[in-house]
Amino acid sequence: MSDQTPQSGYAAAHRTLEGKSALFAVLTTVVILIGGIVEIIPMFSATAGPEHLAGVTPYTPLEQAGRDIYTSEGCYVCHSQMIRPTRAEVLRYGEWTRAGEYEYDHPFQLGSRRMGPDLQRVGGKYPDAWHFEHMRDPRSTSPGSVMPPYTWLHEGTYDVADIQASLRALQKVGVPYTDEEIANAPQAIQAQAQEITARLAQAGITTQPDRKIVALIAYLQRLGKDGKAAIAAQQAAQAAVPPGATP
Amino acid sequence: MQYTAGTSVAGAARVEGVKYDEDIVKMFLIASVTWAVVGLLVGVIIALQLAWWPANLGLPWTTFGRLRPLHTNAVIFAFGGNIVFTGMYHSMQRLLKTRMWSDTLSRIHFWGWQLIIVSAAVTLPLGLTQAKEYAELIWPIDIAITLIWVVMAVNFFGTLAIRKVEHLYVAIWFYMSFVLVIAVLHITNSMAMPATLTRSYPVYAGLTDALVQWWYGHNAVGFFLTTPFLGLMYYYLPRISGRPVFSYRLSIIHFWALVFLYIWAGPHHLLYSALPEWAQTLGMIFSVMLIAPSWGGMLNGLLTLRGAWDRVRTDPILKFLVVAVSFYGMSTFEGPMMSIRAVNLLSHYTNWTIGHVHSGALGWNGMISFAMIYWLVPELWKRPLAHPTWPTAHFWLATIGIVLYTVSMWAAGLTEGLMWRAFDDSGLLKYPNFVDIVNQLHPFYWLRLVGGLMFLTGAIMMAINVFQTISRPSSSTAAAA
Ligand code: HEC
Ligand code: HEM
Ligand code: HEM
Repeated sequence: MSDQTPQSGYAAAHRTLEGKSALFAVLTTVVILIGGIVEIIPMFSATAGPEHLAGVTPYTPLEQAGRDIYTSEGCYVCHSQMIRPTRAEVLRYGEWTRAGEYEYDHPFQLGSRRMGPDLQRVGGKYPDAWHFEHMRDPRSTSPGSVMPPYTWLHEGTYDVADIQASLRALQKVGVPYTDEEIANAPQAIQAQAQEITARLAQAGITTQPDRKIVALIAYLQRLGKDGKAAIAAQQAAQAAVPPGATP
Repeated sequence: MQYTAGTSVAGAARVEGVKYDEDIVKMFLIASVTWAVVGLLVGVIIALQLAWWPANLGLPWTTFGRLRPLHTNAVIFAFGGNIVFTGMYHSMQRLLKTRMWSDTLSRIHFWGWQLIIVSAAVTLPLGLTQAKEYAELIWPIDIAITLIWVVMAVNFFGTLAIRKVEHLYVAIWFYMSFVLVIAVLHITNSMAMPATLTRSYPVYAGLTDALVQWWYGHNAVGFFLTTPFLGLMYYYLPRISGRPVFSYRLSIIHFWALVFLYIWAGPHHLLYSALPEWAQTLGMIFSVMLIAPSWGGMLNGLLTLRGAWDRVRTDPILKFLVVAVSFYGMSTFEGPMMSIRAVNLLSHYTNWTIGHVHSGALGWNGMISFAMIYWLVPELWKRPLAHPTWPTAHFWLATIGIVLYTVSMWAAGLTEGLMWRAFDDSGLLKYPNFVDIVNQLHPFYWLRLVGGLMFLTGAIMMAINVFQTISRPSSSTAAAA
């Protein structure tokens, strides 16, 4: 093999490098850091990073509790939360997703697989009672579904102190919860949960406000709603600006 | 020194008076075989759940949403991780002509890694997760991974420092990139604020979190399922076939181009999302470019076998290797294609991705691992396989299994992708009811299950073969190669 024992050129230079393991390691690290730095650092800049969308709000404590159930159960392995800007997707799921809608999502839940429908704008699509029944037995509302039943959410309860711990951690990573909101979380949770159980009661379903399913319904029912309103407001504002004017 | 692993580096444990640590290699090999069966079994279970939902069993611990991460973690980090470490500890000592720097660190690495796997197998079914794909494990386990990784890295570089050979062979370059890059990826992506002992929230939000995660996720593929396995290829392919590596120059280009380009490709997982346009474009361009070094590596592997083709017909280990390298080529052709925005619009979110994943995972990672295991067991335990004819049966079961798996998933992916976006004459969705589309997929899911079962059966045969071989009394050692 002529090229097994290089005498000159880059192969010979490389041969020297192979004798210097520390330098080799440093070079490898530098080479892989370039791509990472170029792609990730600008994401933290206001101009190059994800656009902000005025009107998107953090999750309420009960909704965040529901979101924790969503992540814990691994709903994201079957459901995406990202509507692509194509006609078919907009027809099926609604307004396509903007970057700013995810501003308070820790962790993100875009998903990579659609075994079931996208849930980005499922909020308000069905009554609470539909979700209650669907989560208990998906085939009762959607014949032929392959979604597993989640009956334990109807029996299990969430823990209010636990939710407060979550809110404190989220506050530290930049979600604008005030100390007061966190302190008053138990009351806020109670109030929102009772609204849901009241609506469920109207549909003939009795359950307790401290059930996990109630928190999950709170989360599902808000998905995409604030974003949709914010997008509508943004579009209205843009339409109101006369062409050529500097905003 | 001749530039091959095959001819110059003898396999015996007595070169120049060096006594290699063979026990650590055996330990990792046994762990790898065991976790392979577990991981594949969970794969078959979740495949059944998609075809037949009652297999979720109505229990929280056994639902698809919790078992799927168990499958991915078990096959990638338990099966994949352990086989890579098997090969690293075996080949490094020989390539560097020295025992590992510290036997103690080797053992801490082994037991620490197994403990991490067991804690993953306990926490994931309990619903304790960070809900980021391939980075699901909760923060205390993440810290344990970091510590064990550092132990491994110290031992790795310690061994390089005491080497008796001047030049680092190409396999070592690839191992090194694995050791370094996984550390960088893991630490950056796992930055999170704990709320409780089992729950935490990433410091990144929304699309930034998504970009960091897919920068990690794609490079978990790149630097966990690709570069270390290429290291294995560069050592075991020449070693097993007895042919020198086809081209030294090609391996230099292969290495540097691959590690440089891979790291940019993450955003191809976020095409058509609201991720800033510039990032999506970078991801797409670099992914398409990746085909060049990937195919360079594949050709370097296949051409190494030139002159050994007659043996491929009879030697099941070479058969496994040829199929492995071919599937590497196939999935690295498909991947760049799926990174083209127009193609991704159809493939994204569908079973096509699943087909792509498993042509790489089963075809490339699975098959090269099986080749190594069948070759290493007689070598390490110094005795012939208990069932010398089984590897050929395993080979055919696995190959047909992969074909059934990937073909059914491509068909399923195209079916759902096209039905999701089909319009009727009046310009409305032709299949507005999502479940109608889901129900078209059942035949494909059953077919995939058959393929998965065949693949699993082969792996169980391998496990039986390995365990019967190594538990036989060592009086039958004479026949060792
Ligand atoms: C095995 C995959 C799978 C898992 C896991 C799963 N789902 Fe589903 N989901 C589906 C499928 C399929 C459908 C469509 C049929 C139906 O309505 O049940 C669906 C439908 C839905 C819908 C109705 C969407 C719509 O627009 O009609 C909601 C809401 C939902 N799932 C929530 C959840 C939640 C919350 C979880 C986690 C606790 C979850 N799903 C877990 C597969 C899954
Ligand atoms: C018996 C063999 C196997 C079977 C039956 C199987 C089955 C499955 C199933 C059913 C899924 C979920 C698919 C979906 O969500 O639509 C999955 C996902 C996955 N499997 Fe396997 N699997 C097998 C082997 C492997 C191996 C050996 C590996 C890796 C080395 C692997 C890696 C993965 C990965 C990474 C995913 C996630 C894919 C994604 O998120 O896109 N699998 N597998
Ligand atoms: C040149 C090489 C490759 C490129 C450019 C590439 C590209 C891609 C693309 C575009 C996707 C789909 C993303 C999406 O739409 O969500 C994907 C998914 C995936 N690929 Fe590859 N691929 C390559 C090689 C491989 C190999 C060799 C393997 C495995 C051994 C692999 C494993 C995966 C996995 C596990 C996923 C699923 C990720 C997820 O959604 O969870 N890829 N790849």
